Amino acid sequence: MSEYVRENERTLADRVRHTLKNFGLPRLIIAAFLLLMFIVAPFTGVNFWGQITNVLNRFSWNAVLVLAMVPMVHSGCGLNFGLPVGIIAGLLGATLSIEWGFAGPLSFVMAIVIATPFALIFGVAYGWLLNKIKGGEMMIATYVGFSVVSFFCMMWLVLPYKKPDMAWGFEGTGLRTTFPVDKYYGGVLSNFLRIDLGRLVIPTGALLFFALLAVMIWAFLHTKTGTAMTAVGSNPTFARAAGINVDRIRMLSVVMSTWLAAVGILVYEQGFGFVQLYNAPFNMALPAVSAILIGGATANKASITNVIIGTILFQGMVTMTPTVMNGLINLDISEVLRVVVSNGMILYALTRRTEATR
Amino acid sequence: MNTNNKPASRKLLGFLGNNAVPIMFILIIVICLPMSGFSTTFLLNEIVTRLSRNAFLILSLLIPIMAGMGLNFGMTLGAMAAEIALIFTSDWQIWGIPGIVLAMIMSIPISAVLGLVCGKLLNAAKGREMITSYIISFFMNGVYQLVVLYMMGSIIPIIHNNIKLPRGYGVRASVDLTRIRKSLDNVLAVNIAGVKIPVMTLLIIAAMCLIIVWFRRTKLGQDMRAVGQDMEVARASGIDVERTRIISIVISTVLAGLGMVIYLQNMGDMATYSSHSQIGMFCIAALLVGGASVDRASIGNVFLGVILFHTMFILAPRAGAVITGNEVIGEYFRVFVSYGVITVALVMYETKKRRAKAGMGAQLEAAQREEEGR
Repeated sequence: MSEYVRENERTLADRVRHTLKNFGLPRLIIAAFLLLMFIVAPFTGVNFWGQITNVLNRFSWNAVLVLAMVPMVHSGCGLNFGLPVGIIAGLLGATLSIEWGFAGPLSFVMAIVIATPFALIFGVAYGWLLNKIKGGEMMIATYVGFSVVSFFCMMWLVLPYKKPDMAWGFEGTGLRTTFPVDKYYGGVLSNFLRIDLGRLVIPTGALLFFALLAVMIWAFLHTKTGTAMTAVGSNPTFARAAGINVDRIRMLSVVMSTWLAAVGILVYEQGFGFVQLYNAPFNMALPAVSAILIGGATANKASITNVIIGTILFQGMVTMTPTVMNGLINLDISEVLRVVVSNGMILYALTRRTEATR
Repeated sequence: MNTNNKPASRKLLGFLGNNAVPIMFILIIVICLPMSGFSTTFLLNEIVTRLSRNAFLILSLLIPIMAGMGLNFGMTLGAMAAEIALIFTSDWQIWGIPGIVLAMIMSIPISAVLGLVCGKLLNAAKGREMITSYIISFFMNGVYQLVVLYMMGSIIPIIHNNIKLPRGYGVRASVDLTRIRKSLDNVLAVNIAGVKIPVMTLLIIAAMCLIIVWFRRTKLGQDMRAVGQDMEVARASGIDVERTRIISIVISTVLAGLGMVIYLQNMGDMATYSSHSQIGMFCIAALLVGGASVDRASIGNVFLGVILFHTMFILAPRAGAVITGNEVIGEYFRVFVSYGVITVALVMYETKKRRAKAGMGAQLEAAQREEEGR
């Protein structure tokens, strides 16, 4: 009897070990760290519910950008370091919608509508390029993103935008680096159906919007095309043998990722309250990449759950550490911590032996 | 067989195709040159200065390319090591040539350790070395900030207050290197027709070139080339592939560290938290502009690249100002060109690799045909 129990215990221990192994050590450390932050927070005089509100808010801003990783990872195009390509499409949508005089919630809808054709064109071009260079996607995606962003740095100066809210006042040429969107679509999702519990504020609209997109992606991945996408990602040779047009599926995934990135940046802006042009998109890919990795994705496997967990952990870390650290030891190392953790996470994913060669 | 009838035009096309990037740059320069209105003396001065400032850094990229590890974005690690060394030498107030030599010596162990870590990580990421080294440079930048911004002055002793932040620990955003400024460049400097030539720096660069030429012929250099050609074949012939790869990265990082000291002594001012961040990108872009590719780079590429890239760098803002009336646009243009060149080079390398993999037989046939034609 006792032997049986021991046997049972061993399997339980094995199971725990197995789960831990699947969960991954870095992820565990980050989750534990975040938990510790939440436990310590009340003792440092930090407003606990305020912190929860912050995390929820930042989750609602960033989740769609992280979701934009999923299609490309599924089709085996790797982590989408070229996220800025889609972001630029979104920024074109945002600026043109404002330029053409749309205001209020309509300007948000129009921004998405206007961004869509750009996202399609960019996505097709980007996908075509990635099909030419299978195997080297991530490095090239990074530099394609950079090239597009730096090209648009010139465009923001040259394009004939006239709206005084966005353009430089004196010369009338070129857009400002940052401008507020409160007159247009600022808070358009976050304030929709907002639940205000005094200390805790839930941006219901933005969360619902993310949920809608997430369900759409989830449903898509369970259609015939979606299954084909997963097949292409896990074994392209097999997929080709099964009669799937690999290049077309990959192209579709890139277009989807690009469109999601375009929508993602608009959602981010409505929460953040500002449009950031010029060099800002340079720094947007890495946080999204590391967020989905923290959530448990790998370079060729990602799910909606990974997106949700990853964004909560990442944004939680970003918002909690500065306040708690400041309250605790009056030392703000959060920026450094963010850089080390997010890049460390990407590094961990890139150097895992099981994924070393594909 | 048909194509063999006109070998001259084919050769020309091949030449144009292989040197598309340098030719494009020469065109940009030819267009921008008259618009900028710079005097020849000014331009020559600038080019010589930038050549002596950057060439050593770019030379550090050659060895990993030889070992088949692509463009070493991790050269930033060497730059960080050099900056840490320079923070110490300025804190100890050792200036002039002794300061430079000491900074170089101190940077070597730091670079070597960082290079070792980088090499080990890259061995775990074979086939995706470039993206990994790129992320390593970001990761180490975080670690660098942790050390320089929080540990220096609190754990690591820093004596002088002009280096420490007012709060008592951490290093200021800018470290003043005025007193070692150009002290290497001024040794044996010659002035020819208004153009100042930093002979000593150029001699050091020339010596480095000779060392690289010599190194290629050593046993280790041959091993690296073998590893770069084909890892499996190299392993089969008894080469310790992992070790060879690590050594190539360590050498590259150490050279980058030395190069960064040369770079900063010329600048005379060090932006503690940003000097290193762009250096990798600009060095890589310059090398590629010189006609190098991800798997093949020569010393000639380094010098041609520095001259073309930096001439464009000097001319672009002025030309931009003349064309659009806005100097900023020229600055954006040169950043765009840097990124664009790297993108094009990467795409060309990957397509070539894929084509080589797909059509090995066809290529062999073509090579045979070419042989016959000759």
